[in-house]
Amino acid sequence: MTTAVVVFPGTNCEHDVVTAITQLGGSARLVWHRETDLDGYDSVVLPGGFAHGDALRTGAIARFSPIMEPVARFAEEGKPVIGICNGFQVLCEAGLLPGALIANRDLSFICRFIDVEVTDTATVLTNKAEPGQRLRIPLNSYEGNWVSPDGEGRVVAKYVDDPNGSTDRAAAVANEAGNVVGIMPHPERATDALLGSTDGDVFLRSFLSSLVPV
Amino acid sequence: MKVRVEVTRRPEIADPQGTTIKRALHDLGHTGVDEVRVNSVFHLEVEGADPDDVRSNVEEMCRQLLANPVLEDFEIELLP
Repeated sequence: MTTAVVVFPGTNCEHDVVTAITQLGGSARLVWHRETDLDGYDSVVLPGGFAHGDALRTGAIARFSPIMEPVARFAEEGKPVIGICNGFQVLCEAGLLPGALIANRDLSFICRFIDVEVTDTATVLTNKAEPGQRLRIPLNSYEGNWVSPDGEGRVVAKYVDDPNGSTDRAAAVANEAGNVVGIMPHPERATDALLGSTDGDVFLRSFLSSLVPV
Repeated sequence: MKVRVEVTRRPEIADPQGTTIKRALHDLGHTGVDEVRVNSVFHLEVEGADPDDVRSNVEEMCRQLLANPVLEDFEIELLP
């Protein structure tokens, strides 16, 4: 069972994600965005960064990369697909998650540890968490303010405070089926005591436990 | 053909940039400014002579890429 970690031009968290998954006993490999199939993989992570330089809107160009066709198929088939930070923005632009991410309320790039509370444990990113569990992981984003004009979207983790104006204080959002999840703060940057927290492991262990053999 | 496209965020969606600019204008003494919204304007040079064709092509571009249908509306103007 191997996770595909997609690399767009401008992605910059891919190695952190591979390292974090590997540390937890999983297997992950980098997949370039020009690839057209995901044969041999059973799950996908769209990592953080600045895909295509965030030109136009975050994720707006990345959603048309060839790899996004098989990613959309994975999403439809119920396979685990998660987007972290910029990956969350790509999933929204691609229509695989509801809503969109706009600039933070105070127009600041937020770069600090933040507490989130898990509100829904029936997803591929939260099934190893306790309902109401508080986890401390880093938030590093400018467009982290999730809006959902139609009121759609399952909020699966909320910020304990309200750092960026996100609707319902949403830090992570799932599709209806719970197999596609976007999270704005970075679980993979909280997977070693040296990094200041290991709380990110809860999310990544959930993700790994949701994998079933292809 | 020259085409001007303006993409606007729907009024019910927050515009943090506009809010910040409004605050700055107030700080400069322009306290009569009630609202600021920041839009995007695209100037395209598009092949084709038939205005209807050009318009429908640009509409397609807006729906696909230039505007995010979740947040934004667009207006297309064909320029002489």
